[in-house]
Amino acid sequence: MVKSELIMRLAEMNPHLYQRDIERIVTTIFDEISAALARGDRVELRGFGAFSVKRRAARVARNPRTGAAVRVEEKHVPFFKTGKELRAALNQPRPAETK
Amino acid sequence: MAGKTVTRAQLSEAVYQEVGLSRNESADLVESVLEEIGKSLIRGDTVKVSSFGSFYVREKGQRVGRNPKTGEEVPILPRRVLVFRPSHVLKDRINSGLSKSEG
Repeated sequence: MVKSELIMRLAEMNPHLYQRDIERIVTTIFDEISAALARGDRVELRGFGAFSVKRRAARVARNPRTGAAVRVEEKHVPFFKTGKELRAALNQPRPAETK
Repeated sequence: MAGKTVTRAQLSEAVYQEVGLSRNESADLVESVLEEIGKSLIRGDTVKVSSFGSFYVREKGQRVGRNPKTGEEVPILPRRVLVFRPSHVLKDRINSGLSKSEG
């Protein structure tokens, strides 16, 4: 599923809303999560999961082709930890493929 | 780390500010978005959100683990885990945001 399909599904569930509003809603949600992470905040969505930012220390790496040592600066990477409920649901035996 | 935590409440508030819906309906829509993503993943589908990242399910085989407390060997059964792969746009946004504010 890609973002446009997600928007279409939500539009079907909410026939009283304009599709362009649903589009704005979905964009706002992911934008808000991104902005929080860019501030260094955590985003905790109980049952779904939590987004956080992890620091990766500066290190010396190698160019795999030439073997030359390269300095890699410290950086921050986004991290997602699946929530308990979703993790459990992923491993639930599924009732014979209903759509 | 700035150390603040954003929750559904702030996401709903942002939606409320952005679109002319009630607070209740905004909260419901945030919930629906998370639910639809979850349902897709449970079906085994990949969920891709451009300039944010993609979520996909990885099937893990059985392996032998250890109880770290007792050292006892325990089989870890095959299971499905969720993986989030952030997009480059998100990674870049985080790095440019944090290099400014952090020493």
